[in-house]
Amino acid sequence: MTFRLIGVNHNSAPVEVRERLAIPESRLAEALQQLVRHPGVDEGLILCTCNRVELLARTRNGSADLRGFLHDYFLLDPAALEPHLYDYSEAEAIRHLFRVTSSLDSMVVGEAQILGQVKEAYATARAVGAVHSQLDLLLTRSFAVAKRVRTETAVGSSAVSVASVAVELAKKIFGSLQGKHVYLVGAGKMSELAARHLQAHGAASIFVANRTYARAQQLAAKFKGEAIHFSEIYNTCDRADIVITSTGAPVAIFRREHGEMFLSRRRNRPMFFIDIAVPRDVDPEMNKLDGIFVYDIDDLQQAVSSHVADRKKEAERAEEIISSEVERFQARLQTLEVVPTIVSLQDHIETIRHAEIDRVRGRLGPLSPDQELAIEALTRGIVNKIMHTPISTLKTAARASEATTVIDVVRRLFNLQDQKPGKPDGEPEEHE
Amino acid sequence: MPILWLRVALGCYAVGLLYALVTLTRTSDLLSKVALHAAYLGMVFHFVSLAEAMRLSGQIALTSVHNAESVLAFLIMVVFMMVYLAYKTTSPGIIVFPLVFLLTLVAATGQQPFLQMPPGVRKGWLIAHITLIFAGYAALFVSFGASLLYLIQEHTLKSKKSTGILSRLPALEVIDDIGYRSVLLGFPFMTLGLIAGTTVAQATFGRIDFLDPKILLSILMWAVYLVMVYTRWNAGWRGRRAAYLAAGVFVAAVIAWSANYFSSIHRFVQS
Repeated sequence: MTFRLIGVNHNSAPVEVRERLAIPESRLAEALQQLVRHPGVDEGLILCTCNRVELLARTRNGSADLRGFLHDYFLLDPAALEPHLYDYSEAEAIRHLFRVTSSLDSMVVGEAQILGQVKEAYATARAVGAVHSQLDLLLTRSFAVAKRVRTETAVGSSAVSVASVAVELAKKIFGSLQGKHVYLVGAGKMSELAARHLQAHGAASIFVANRTYARAQQLAAKFKGEAIHFSEIYNTCDRADIVITSTGAPVAIFRREHGEMFLSRRRNRPMFFIDIAVPRDVDPEMNKLDGIFVYDIDDLQQAVSSHVADRKKEAERAEEIISSEVERFQARLQTLEVVPTIVSLQDHIETIRHAEIDRVRGRLGPLSPDQELAIEALTRGIVNKIMHTPISTLKTAARASEATTVIDVVRRLFNLQDQKPGKPDGEPEEHE
Repeated sequence: MPILWLRVALGCYAVGLLYALVTLTRTSDLLSKVALHAAYLGMVFHFVSLAEAMRLSGQIALTSVHNAESVLAFLIMVVFMMVYLAYKTTSPGIIVFPLVFLLTLVAATGQQPFLQMPPGVRKGWLIAHITLIFAGYAALFVSFGASLLYLIQEHTLKSKKSTGILSRLPALEVIDDIGYRSVLLGFPFMTLGLIAGTTVAQATFGRIDFLDPKILLSILMWAVYLVMVYTRWNAGWRGRRAAYLAAGVFVAAVIAWSANYFSSIHRFVQS
């Protein structure tokens, strides 16, 4: 069994590349099914957030062509994607997943959102049966690791969220946020968070526009703001000083001509667009207009990079935790491989012992219960003494990552054939 | 004596100049504090120098080029301090300090041609004229400086690289506010100063020669100034356009000033 992980994130690929790989939530299940049908893939998970698109798979012998899947699914030119793609297997794949869920790989190190996103991806994959065995084990473990990192280090505690970076930038433009109006286009979690931060820093009122009007009303109620019909955005957006967009629209909602219109209505008072959607909601051309400032998710990352340094030390501790967790998980996986061998070895020896007792019993004549017990104890004692070393060697080997070799040798020595190492999918936990 | 005090003031302003230069490459809180105190001290010496010059000459010392530059530098510092008190930022110093230093340097060392004073000029009106015009110049200059800062800050925000000094500039809206208020403040001074000048000229010459370069250029400058105030107030022009306008008014002001060397009614001569 081999874990493989390939993908792009905010470090490896610019938003222009990431937005072409985005899979809308509605099509995720279908994509997952396609992934597990791909040759060589036993289990799969697709993680798609605004900062990353990653495929995690358990493959047979590591032979699966995940790149091929990406190229086929998105109909992309392999050469265009290749420079941005990372590809990890085994320990590195496990490590990467742990780092992602622990928010060490996040744009804003320590933000808690990513854990929820991985959990959602996991739930979707489970629902369609794309995750059911060792990958399940791995993901469940990664959630535990994330929790450990969160409780044992301060990485999460002082998380500088995108939201607070947005506040900082808004202050660079407007000075004070007192009396400024905030306009949310799309009612996502992240924009809600950003709006909350802005409000906490004095922003006067919050407008919410969403394709589903009810959702807009719901969110607006939280802020005591005003819900706006989506069709009205171009007529009302100029009321806002700060616009946060986070819709799933496939093409930009705000284009240059809209910006010009807003500016003339606002008599050139500046506007700040925070675009956290991928694909982007605001045409980058807008940033060229005098008085309009557009920050997309990548720009926000640049702005937070300085804060990341502050928490470097804590992040280092978190990395240590993750390293030890990767080792532990691998050991556990290998134990999973060793356990069936030990079981069949014991079965094998036990069968021999019983056969031998049965064979000699005839010659011994009738035995008293005490004698029966003595023979039982004698044979068991011999077997246990002899088997002690091989079994403990197997167990040690499991942790020393030479399991496969040792298992192979033991199987050949004892001619064990009934059970294959690595039980069939479904119940690996029962050996624990 | 006045020249000595002026040179001491110049030394203080030099610290400000150092601040402006250093700030171009890195930031230092300590230096910005030191520069601010040096600027305070410089203004005190500067004021003493101006007051003594007035007392010694017994009349308006403003009428020599060197004293005029000295007064202008002083007024710019006053506006700078007002901005500092209102906005708690020394960033305009990046532009203000080098100019003040230069003006003071010229004043402290340069030759001293005097304004040719036609006989019978009424002193009170002349003082009003010069002071008001200079206050207008000072406000205009600060506004021009603010426009430059606005462009720098805007560029920083647009290019999305916030490093070094640029990240320490005041917020865009604050810079804009400084620029706008100095324009608004400067305009009445400039207008009243020109009215005072006209009154002086009329009283002296009986009629006004509108074709005299000094008067023509002054009116032109005033008109550009008016356009700037109007577009700011009416259309909310800011940023690049406001900066170009402020630069335009500034250039017009410099030209109007230089007209002193070839105007027939408003002339500097070697004493």
